[in-house]
Amino acid sequence: MESLLYSILGVLVSLILAFTVGMTYMGLSRKITARIQNRIGPPFYQNFIDAMKLYSKSTGIHHGVMHHLGPAFIMVTSVMSLMIIPILNDSAFFTNMNFHGDLIFLLYIMTFGPLGMALGAGQTGNPNSAIGVTRGLSQMVGFEIPWVMAIIALMIRYDTSSIVDIMNIQADAGRWIMFSSPFTFIAALLAMLGMFRYSPFDIVGAPTELASGPMSENGGKYLFTMMSSSSIFAFAKLTLYVNLFMGGADNLLVLIIKTFALYMVPLLYGTVSPRYRTEQAVRYFWGWPSFFGLLAILYAVFF
Amino acid sequence: MINDKNSQKIVDHIHNFARKHSLWVLAYGTGCGAIEIPPTMTSRYDAERLGVRGAATPRQADLLLITGYLTTKTLKRVIRVYEQMQDPKYVIGFGSCTINGGMYYDSYNTINALDRYLPVDVYINGCMPRPEAVIAGFTKLQELITAGKADGAAKYKEKLEWYRKNQKNVIPNWTMPEYNW
Repeated sequence: MESLLYSILGVLVSLILAFTVGMTYMGLSRKITARIQNRIGPPFYQNFIDAMKLYSKSTGIHHGVMHHLGPAFIMVTSVMSLMIIPILNDSAFFTNMNFHGDLIFLLYIMTFGPLGMALGAGQTGNPNSAIGVTRGLSQMVGFEIPWVMAIIALMIRYDTSSIVDIMNIQADAGRWIMFSSPFTFIAALLAMLGMFRYSPFDIVGAPTELASGPMSENGGKYLFTMMSSSSIFAFAKLTLYVNLFMGGADNLLVLIIKTFALYMVPLLYGTVSPRYRTEQAVRYFWGWPSFFGLLAILYAVFF
Repeated sequence: MINDKNSQKIVDHIHNFARKHSLWVLAYGTGCGAIEIPPTMTSRYDAERLGVRGAATPRQADLLLITGYLTTKTLKRVIRVYEQMQDPKYVIGFGSCTINGGMYYDSYNTINALDRYLPVDVYINGCMPRPEAVIAGFTKLQELITAGKADGAAKYKEKLEWYRKNQKNVIPNWTMPEYNW
């Protein structure tokens, strides 16, 4: 009973942590992008101000029930994936509600958000939303293949589908999976570029081309929900990568350093890249990332 | 306690702080003034450091920036866009054309004073106003928001009949609903 209470408390604390850290990362990404473009840029807490403003706006739009539920679906997905990802190694609070087989569950639940967004955006009747959703699902078909291959390679190699087991294996061996199965890491890292939807893979919410795509009819509180859930989801994904490939983290400071270093990969790659077309993006993921994924599976099976 | 006048004042203060530092601009760039927006946003003048950022659609925007003259045809679209924006919303009239018609003052199909058709919070004078002037306009709007005086949207709702009459005078084939939120 007491452990259940600890888990629930841990989920709440990690939710607040994920929101704060995710929003700060998004704000820092705007600052870093600005500095790369030789601008001063907004302060790093700009996203908190934006969130507060969006929350204080009134919303008088009604397109149907699914339109109201779409942002909620995305939020549910983010919180659910955060709930089963352990934040720290061997901590009473931050192990969260993970269980055996949670990697397989994660693979399912991470695709639920875009589907919910597709339903919500579909009902608005805005043509930009429809195009954005189509692009998003095509892109998901692209990056899911190397990502699933990497996860399957991990499962075959270490004979487990639990995130905590994989973290313990790394702790016992004293070696990160990043180094002991490098092909897996490369495939997952390249898939991460698509997952974060920074340039050149920002084909879904392209602001000038599609008028921000699926969220073009969502303002105010809906946009606030989408923004905060994407921050939480970003933190959850980064933590998952740190857990799987970089040996997890012993305390919050290490976690923040590791996730931030990992976050720089899609961000910095994005700031110097123009946007791909949809078919180029899909072809990219079915090229080298899938090749490395295949290599990782072969390596896991035969060595 | 929540409906207490003083606590409402505190909430308003916090909200106004957020609104002031996060203005998402929808630039209605049909006039020639749109050419001054890119230098305002990019590295030379960098309006993003004030929290001013481009919004993609009217649903997400706080601030409608009308850059230059409006023909009667585009006025119809501007009204539609303005009414699709969510409260609180502000309008900046940009350039002389929105004030008195500017160089198009005697044209047969442009409107002369924007204020008769939409509630304008801040005017930026000039033909064209330079990016410094545009940023000064944003700062002026921020001051008005802090003081709680940027209430164009409330005025529009209050005097809707007057605005509608003026709009219908210049738009002959009115096919829009009476109010499209």
